[in-house]
Amino acid sequence: MKLTLHIWRQKNAEARGSLVKYDLDGVNPDMSFLEMLDVLNWNLIDNGEEPVAFDHDCREGICGSCCMMIDGVAHGPQPATATCQLHMRHFKDGDTVCIEPWRSRAFPVIKDLVVDRSAFDRIVQAGGYISVSTGSAPEANATLVPKQDADLSMDAAACIGCGACVAACPNGSAALFTSAKIAHLGLLPQGQPEREHRVLGMVAAMDAEGFGNCTMHRECEAVCPKEISTGFIARMNREYLRASLGAGK
Amino acid sequence: MELKPIELEPIELKAKVPAGPIEQKWDRHRFDMKLVNPANKRKHNIIMVGSGLAGGSAAASLAELGYNVQCFCYQDSPRRAHSIAAQGGINAAKNYRNDGDSIYRLFYDTVKGGDFRAREANVYRLAQVSVNIIDQCVAQGVPFAREYSGLLDNRSFGGAQVSRTFYARGQTGQQLLLGAYQALARQIDLGKVQMFPRTEMLDLVVVDGRARGIVVRDLVTGKIKSYSADAVVLGTGGYANVFYLSTNAKNSNATAIWRAYKRGAAFANPCFTQIHPTCIPVSGDYQSKLTLMSESLRNDGRIWVPLQKGDKRRPNDIPHPERDYYLERRYPSFGNLVPRDVASRAAKEVCDEGRGVGESGLGVYLDFADAIKRLGENQIREKYGNLFEMYERITAENPYQIPMRIYPALHYTMGGLWVDYNLMSTITGLFVIGEANFSDHGANRLGASALMQGLADGYFILPYTIGDYIATEKPEKVGVDDPAFHQAEGRIADLTKKLLAIRGKRTVDSIHQELGKLLWDYCGMVRNEKGLKYALGKVPEIREEFWKNANVVGAGDELNQALEKAGRVADFLELAELMCLDALDRNESCGAHFREEFETPDGEALRDDENYCYVSAWEYKGDGERPAMHKEPLSFEYVHLTQRSYK
Repeated sequence: MKLTLHIWRQKNAEARGSLVKYDLDGVNPDMSFLEMLDVLNWNLIDNGEEPVAFDHDCREGICGSCCMMIDGVAHGPQPATATCQLHMRHFKDGDTVCIEPWRSRAFPVIKDLVVDRSAFDRIVQAGGYISVSTGSAPEANATLVPKQDADLSMDAAACIGCGACVAACPNGSAALFTSAKIAHLGLLPQGQPEREHRVLGMVAAMDAEGFGNCTMHRECEAVCPKEISTGFIARMNREYLRASLGAGK
Repeated sequence: MELKPIELEPIELKAKVPAGPIEQKWDRHRFDMKLVNPANKRKHNIIMVGSGLAGGSAAASLAELGYNVQCFCYQDSPRRAHSIAAQGGINAAKNYRNDGDSIYRLFYDTVKGGDFRAREANVYRLAQVSVNIIDQCVAQGVPFAREYSGLLDNRSFGGAQVSRTFYARGQTGQQLLLGAYQALARQIDLGKVQMFPRTEMLDLVVVDGRARGIVVRDLVTGKIKSYSADAVVLGTGGYANVFYLSTNAKNSNATAIWRAYKRGAAFANPCFTQIHPTCIPVSGDYQSKLTLMSESLRNDGRIWVPLQKGDKRRPNDIPHPERDYYLERRYPSFGNLVPRDVASRAAKEVCDEGRGVGESGLGVYLDFADAIKRLGENQIREKYGNLFEMYERITAENPYQIPMRIYPALHYTMGGLWVDYNLMSTITGLFVIGEANFSDHGANRLGASALMQGLADGYFILPYTIGDYIATEKPEKVGVDDPAFHQAEGRIADLTKKLLAIRGKRTVDSIHQELGKLLWDYCGMVRNEKGLKYALGKVPEIREEFWKNANVVGAGDELNQALEKAGRVADFLELAELMCLDALDRNESCGAHFREEFETPDGEALRDDENYCYVSAWEYKGDGERPAMHKEPLSFEYVHLTQRSYK
């Protein structure tokens, strides 16, 4: 397969970036999207040019490192698939593909396709945990968790923190990411004591980081590689209201 | 700046295993260890390199105790460490199933599964604390699978005859890591942990024989910086990426442990590298990494190849009598659940006989047709849905209808830096935890035991032993203004310059691929003297090629992924030689180390307990010098040395 690529190149956070055109021949349909970029980078290095910088690590769709807008869609055309798990068989010979970094005020570009997603870490630091110091845990089976609650909690906990939800959102909202963590912990009996503190803290952190508000476009759900449901956002809003009205005090 | 040669302390192996009956060793030791006064803990700094299950849990636990922790990881967030990719589960001797499990049985299985090359006392302790890990993780909100009663569910897992594995769908590693990450986030918020993401350790600084700090490169700005502390902990994972193709994350590397080795930390059992039997086969030269399919699939999938060589029929067209369910045939009592090393070699054998499947002939079938008939497609989907989807995404084949194709791949390294019972390396004050150390799995790791070991080290062992070190040794403060730090920074700056100055004609990846292929062929699943000697001749040639002909583009003072990669590959090119040396020295077969010269008449690993019942710990003697080998003899008082048999 032969492709024409338009890739965002930006030397560093301060520099102005632009789309640069590359022709790439010999793309095998069984390659992953990142393997296609590896091949491009080998060609660039052979020509003495700098390879395209992009975040990637596990290449199994679980670490959440890879993050690319592919033809304007976060993680590209295949639903429920992170960029690393996208294969070139979903493209056609002769296609033109545009590759850009996540675009969001809260995710500044560091270089080429690499962005700074540390805002997500700070949201979790604001309450996305259960305060249980090592050694203080009771016997695991002492607390029963109904299977349906555990399963729903796991649906939310499956979030890989890639940031596609933010990149896809017209408002640049982190509501899906934040709500998934609030739901994961809030659905479990272990998460109850800090329930109000958690939602108030995390929502405040989300706002402070410069993410936009959620207006339920549901673009996030459409691109989420783990198919996290926007139902969790509704749940977060309820939790927020409940906590704001003084529940648990 | 003129650089002083590094002076290395002579190595002495003292395992420091406490006296007494095995079930009392850890309890007694915990009492004997000195405590640091709670008010004094905040006066001590600890450097933690790595933020996976071991590093993340240790950093959080140490901070909870009151120590000041500085935690470093190369990823953009500690939540992305490669522990996240573990699928199947975590073992614990809870015996919730009433099926005869116990701490002693988990200990026994782990020692035996490791083919008698692990330290008994460490393994017993691991089995003991396994039960606390589950309690801790449940309390943190890890959404483990549950029964309808609300109780925790368990399953049996590769190589075990009891159901002791706890799991969270096919994402157990992810959920356990997020538990540790969240505990870490809480400590970052409290100001007890200072987190340095996108920062890579490039050197260990040893002052007066003690590990006192590290030199790092800020991967965004390229700045070389030093950090000092009272103790340094490495939880930087394994070195399977030395083979280029492995199931490890692309950036997983050996640089931290390798550079610590070159500062005097002994490297133990480097040739013990585990091949995982159930990975998706390689599809082409562009392949960048291999993807594991959880071994839990072997609980319900049946492994087979055609009986006849070169049978090119579609799998569903081959009738049952013309299939060879070779694991069930050879190992009637364990069947498809034999340990990883046994399953991997058996797959290689049938492929070598020409009975492999798929285009390359390097694959065997993992077939769910019988399980789907027995349990229904829905139950299979419930258990393995995400794995089946992943397989289909990669191969474009639907495993509900056509058997999966699998082949073994590099997955885990049992070898690593040598540590004593306190998890301290041969450098005083340098602790090593998780996959980065060598301690608990012997020559072969059992499924669902890596998560257990990482968390055992991080939550329940290191926080005690590091306190004992600080209370006993009372390390004096050393700042980054010490000349040793300036020297180390100078060395790293020079190395960076040297890499960027090669400007040869080959990509670093192509050289790494060449190295990986060599190791896979001669120091992989099966080894022999001739092949290892050949590899020992070849590795220095590839290394020379790298330093003459690699092309590392870009500059040092910016985000430069090519430079990061080159530094890591430079270390792999040295480590590869040590692995071959170790494999050549070990004239026996044990666990994952299979030497063709040493096998039983029916093709199983033949140990030589009389001559090789030891841990080989290699001491760096300078570049180009042969490293010195020290032996830690192993004795088995509880699990008696027997030939492993899974028949």
